[in-house]
Amino acid sequence: MDAKDVQRAVARIAHEIIERNKGAKDLVIVGIRARGDYLAARVAEVIEGIEGLTIPVGIIDITLYRDDLQVVLEQPVVHKTDIPFDITGQVVILVDDVLNTGRTIRAAIDQLIDFGRPKSIQLAVLVDRGHRELPIRADYVGKNVPTSQGQQVEVRVREVDGSDEVVVVEEPFPR
Amino acid sequence: MKWQSRHLLGLEGVSAEEIRLILDTAGSFKEILERPIKKVPALRGITVANLFFEPSTRTRFSFELAEKRMSADSVSFSTATSSVKKGETLKDTVKNIEAMRVDMVVIRHSAAGAPHFLARCVDAAVINAGDGAHEHPTQALLDMMTLREKYGSLEGLRVVIVGDIAHSRVARSNIWGLRTMGASVIVCGPKTLLPLDVEQLGVDVSVNLDEALEGADVINVLRLQLERQTQGLLPSMREYNREYGITLQRLAGAKESLTIMHPGPINRGVEITPQVADGPYSVILDQVLNGVAVRMAVLFLLSGGEPKLT
Repeated sequence: MDAKDVQRAVARIAHEIIERNKGAKDLVIVGIRARGDYLAARVAEVIEGIEGLTIPVGIIDITLYRDDLQVVLEQPVVHKTDIPFDITGQVVILVDDVLNTGRTIRAAIDQLIDFGRPKSIQLAVLVDRGHRELPIRADYVGKNVPTSQGQQVEVRVREVDGSDEVVVVEEPFPR
Repeated sequence: MKWQSRHLLGLEGVSAEEIRLILDTAGSFKEILERPIKKVPALRGITVANLFFEPSTRTRFSFELAEKRMSADSVSFSTATSSVKKGETLKDTVKNIEAMRVDMVVIRHSAAGAPHFLARCVDAAVINAGDGAHEHPTQALLDMMTLREKYGSLEGLRVVIVGDIAHSRVARSNIWGLRTMGASVIVCGPKTLLPLDVEQLGVDVSVNLDEALEGADVINVLRLQLERQTQGLLPSMREYNREYGITLQRLAGAKESLTIMHPGPINRGVEITPQVADGPYSVILDQVLNGVAVRMAVLFLLSGGEPKLT
C-alpha cells in the first residue's frame, strides 16, 4: 500500500465508524503505540472534518500488559500511556497498525478496562494479516493481507518513518 | 538501550545510558500512579522479599507500594521481629528466604557491602535499598528524576550537597549519578563530617555554606544523622544549625529556579527550617512520589532475564 492507499483506507474506516455508530457522539479514539497512535490521530481528524465534533484521542502503551514479559530476555522499553479523559460510558475505537495474533489487542483491552467501563470497544486496524491465536476480530479493516508466518508486515507512517506505506518483508531469520 | 545488569547495587559504574533508561522508564510509570486503578500486571508471578535490617519508613513503604503497583507478590521483614534476633547470619537468612522461591531481594543493611555480598551468594536479583554509609542508589535515582523533570536535563547543573557527607549513602550515590550525568557537585559541611579525600570522587569541597551556595541550582540537604552523632563530631545542634542550617535568609540571593531537596526524614529546625522545607523552592514531596515510580522501573528492568525453565 502506498501513501494514497493508506489515506483512502483511513478515510473509509472513519466513514464506517460514523456509519456504524450513527454519528460521533460519545466516541473516543485510542491508538496503540508505536504506529497505531498516529493512525488514531488521522482517523480522528477525518471524523472531526465530517461531524464537526472534537474527538478525544488517547495513546496506550501495552508493554506492561504483555503476556510474554517473563519469557523475553530483556525488558522492552516502556512508553507512556496517555488517556487524558474518562472512557466510562464512551464508545472506544481502538486503533492499531497490524492485527496478527491478537495478543496485543487482548493486552490493550485489559488495560482499557483498568481506566473505566466503556460502553463498547471497537477495533480498527490498517492491516489484518491473519494468524490469530486468540478469538479476536477487527470491526474495521483497511486491508486484508494474507501472509505466511515467515513474513513481516511493516506499516510506516510519515511522522516516524518519513513516508506512509505498508510493505511485506521476508523475515531474515525465519523461526 | 537495553538493561543488562542482574542487580542494582549502587550507581558507581552505572553508565549514563543505563541511568537514562531507568529515568525514562520511571517517567512512563508515573502515569500509572494517577490512574483510577493504580496497578499493572507486569510483574505477576514475581515474588520480592523486602529485607530491612535497619529502620525505614519512606524507602520501605515506597518499595512495597512499587511492588504492589506492578502486581508482584511481596513479603517484608524487619529485624526486630525476625530470627536475626536469634543470631542467624545474613547469608543463612537470605538462603532460607530464597529457598521459598523468591525472585528478587530488596535489602537495607547497616553494613556497607551487604547487598554485594548477597549478590554473590544467591540467585535472586538484589536491589540495594541502602547499605551503611556506602550507597542508596534508588534515592539518587529519584533525586535525579525530580531534577530532570524540572530542568529537562542534568547536564551542567550545579548541585550542592549539604550536611553529614561522611555518614551519607545518599550523598555518595548522588555524587556518582550526578557526575555521570554531567552535573557538577559541591559537597559542604563541617570538616568533621566530610570524608577524607572526598575530592577524588570528582566533587568540589567547601566548609563555608554561603560560598558553596553561590550560583547553585540545587541544594540537596542531608539529614543530620542524630543517631550517629555520639562521637563528638559536632559541638552542638545549635551551632550546626547556625553554620549549615538552610534558612530563608540564607537563600536571599538564590536563583529563582533554585530547587531544595531532602531525602527525609527531616529534622525541622536543625538542617533546614520549616519555612524552607515547606516553601516554594522545595520539591521534597515530589521526590517521594517519584520514588515509587523509580522503584517500579528498577523492579521492572531487573525482572527481565533468562527464561525460567520449570
